[in-house]
Amino acid sequence: MENLLEIKNLHATIDGKEILKGINLTVKAGEVHAIMGPNGSGKSTLSNVLVGHPAYTVTEGEVKYKGKNLLELSPEDRSHEGLFLSFQYPVEIPGVSITNFMRAAVNAKRQYLGQEPMNATEFLKMMREKRALVNLDSKLANRSVNEGFSGGEKKRNEIFQMAMLDPTLSILDETDSGLDIDALRIVAEGVNKLKREDTSSIVITHYQRLLDYIKPDIVHVLYNGRIVKTAGPELVMELEERGYDWIKNEN
Amino acid sequence: MKKKDNILKRLANKAYEFGFVSKIKTDIIESGLNEDTVRLISSKKNEPDWLLEIRLQAYRHWLTLEMPQWAHLNIPPIDYQSISYYADPLKKSKENKNKEIDPELMKTFEKLGIPLEERLALSGTAVDAVMDSVSVKTTFKEELKEKGIIFCSMSEAIQEYPDLVRKYLGTVVNYRDNFFAALNTAVFSDGSFVYIPKGVRCPMELSTYFRINAANTGQFERTLIVADDDSYVSYLEGCTAPMRDENQLHAAIVEIIVHDNAEVKYSTVQNWYPGDAEGKGGVYNFVTKRGDCRGHNSKLSWTQVETGSAITWKYPSCILRGDNSQGEFYSVALTNNYQQADTGTKMIHLGKNTRSTIISKGISAGKSQNSYRGLVRVSKNADGARNYSQCDSLLLGDKCGAHTFPYMDIHNNSAVIEHEATTSKISEDQLFYCNQRGIGTEEAIGLIVNGYAKEVLNKLPMEFAIEAQKLLSVSLEGAVG
Repeated sequence: MENLLEIKNLHATIDGKEILKGINLTVKAGEVHAIMGPNGSGKSTLSNVLVGHPAYTVTEGEVKYKGKNLLELSPEDRSHEGLFLSFQYPVEIPGVSITNFMRAAVNAKRQYLGQEPMNATEFLKMMREKRALVNLDSKLANRSVNEGFSGGEKKRNEIFQMAMLDPTLSILDETDSGLDIDALRIVAEGVNKLKREDTSSIVITHYQRLLDYIKPDIVHVLYNGRIVKTAGPELVMELEERGYDWIKNEN
Repeated sequence: MKKKDNILKRLANKAYEFGFVSKIKTDIIESGLNEDTVRLISSKKNEPDWLLEIRLQAYRHWLTLEMPQWAHLNIPPIDYQSISYYADPLKKSKENKNKEIDPELMKTFEKLGIPLEERLALSGTAVDAVMDSVSVKTTFKEELKEKGIIFCSMSEAIQEYPDLVRKYLGTVVNYRDNFFAALNTAVFSDGSFVYIPKGVRCPMELSTYFRINAANTGQFERTLIVADDDSYVSYLEGCTAPMRDENQLHAAIVEIIVHDNAEVKYSTVQNWYPGDAEGKGGVYNFVTKRGDCRGHNSKLSWTQVETGSAITWKYPSCILRGDNSQGEFYSVALTNNYQQADTGTKMIHLGKNTRSTIISKGISAGKSQNSYRGLVRVSKNADGARNYSQCDSLLLGDKCGAHTFPYMDIHNNSAVIEHEATTSKISEDQLFYCNQRGIGTEEAIGLIVNGYAKEVLNKLPMEFAIEAQKLLSVSLEGAVG
């Protein structure tokens, strides 16, 4: 299998403070990786750096995505190249309907790929199909992006957007946070339905419960800006039983 | 940083796409303003004496006035003697006494997206095209005439329908009203005249497109709309001007009279040249727009999208004289770079059970200043008056200003007045969220701003709404670096 993402010795800072201190991670096409770790270990920083959030500065290391230097691409182009982040805290955009928002996003990607914009009929059909995947209410689709959504609705909306943009590598940042068990199941099922042999995911989570639904191939523990442990799915159970303290003590 | 500056500059310059100058032989009178100028304009237009008399009175009154200083605007001194008050792009040859239209003129309007040949026209819209001081052409005049609707240039109306004009002109905005109203009344050149007869629903949108072309001239147009009992008309107005380093003055008057059970919708997309990114040049847009809801159950609705002009001073207002009359004001005012806008409305409740709605959406970017100024007045006899006002401000960046000056003057205890105001900012988080979904920053700003202004844009006729949406996005290019 070819390497979809290759992170080598990645260091990154925010406001001059180093958060990532040499991350190494390789994701092959088709794999599901879980990144676990205690609060403040750098999990969200890693996802933000990968999608090019301007608040973070990469000070060292390299990231290759589909063989390209990812760090040179603008956040939009990273998106167009198939990188998707399901935000831990999805942002509200008052006055902009999900329909208009997604139409702009889908057509921006098509333009990047040299394709014609999608016509309204085709687009609405696609909206309907993808909405069904995550049980997103049609009324929700006419509302402003995330405005007044419940925690569960926001996360479902993230997965709906993921379905619309058909990413190659999706990063799910604490997608389970703030969800009750039913919402969690719906979201996870949505993610599983979108899974294909050639697409990969990085699931970032503090707890094991999301990983009951989305089965990772490889599990990493991130602590203090470094990946300190990598193993198979059995690591999830071990962490659940023993907590993170033994990792902290080992490092 | 350097690179970013260049991009900003490029975008700021690119933004105004109507900045071209047309090479048209134009008859421009010498600059300067005195009684002879007023007489010359009147004689060029072959006007009756009563009108000349009004012009002269207005001019003499204007001499006693000073420019208003109360707006939240920094207006550089204007040399009224350095402006030419009349520019006629229609050539008159000796052989051909009738004025003919220079093909270049037709091309200009085509370039602006306003074809003057009826076969090419936007469906369902009749256009009066005004360049500089003169109405170039009015389309669909004959079709409208069959229904008794008069839609023509003001100059033509003065010749053809002098009684109607005399009956209504200056009855809503008297020359004594303010400095610019006096100036306009003295030197106004052209504009549109609309009369909708009793019981007639105008079958198409009427629109006037104003274009300034000649340099060192001012545009002083005059529009008069009369909706007789039980009639309806939707009227649109658009404006553009070339990019020039000097400021140009545009001081218009719009008067609207709405009789019993009649309804007038007046929509404006104002895109005069706003000046460059450094604040050089641009149009001074100082206009007085007012409608008089004289009749019972009459209704007047103003919708404006203001994106152009270096300085805007404009308060489209409603006098709610008839019982049960209604006034509405929907506004989006966008300022970028060094633009300044002081705009809003006056709702004057005189009749019983009169209602008014004010929705104002200000958007400030760059180093611009954007003010909402509005008055709601309820007179002693206006029982049961209601007003709802909502004034929102959206800020892009931290070097611009948004201000709200709501005035209330209530003399009747039965009045119900509601006022809401909000101020918000486009956040980095919102922009990044859009970026992550593949939407570039410029487009994201356009999307967010259009979302914010949606309530007002929805009031515009379809084709205008699409144009206005594009305009809002384009006017903000380079606004966030």
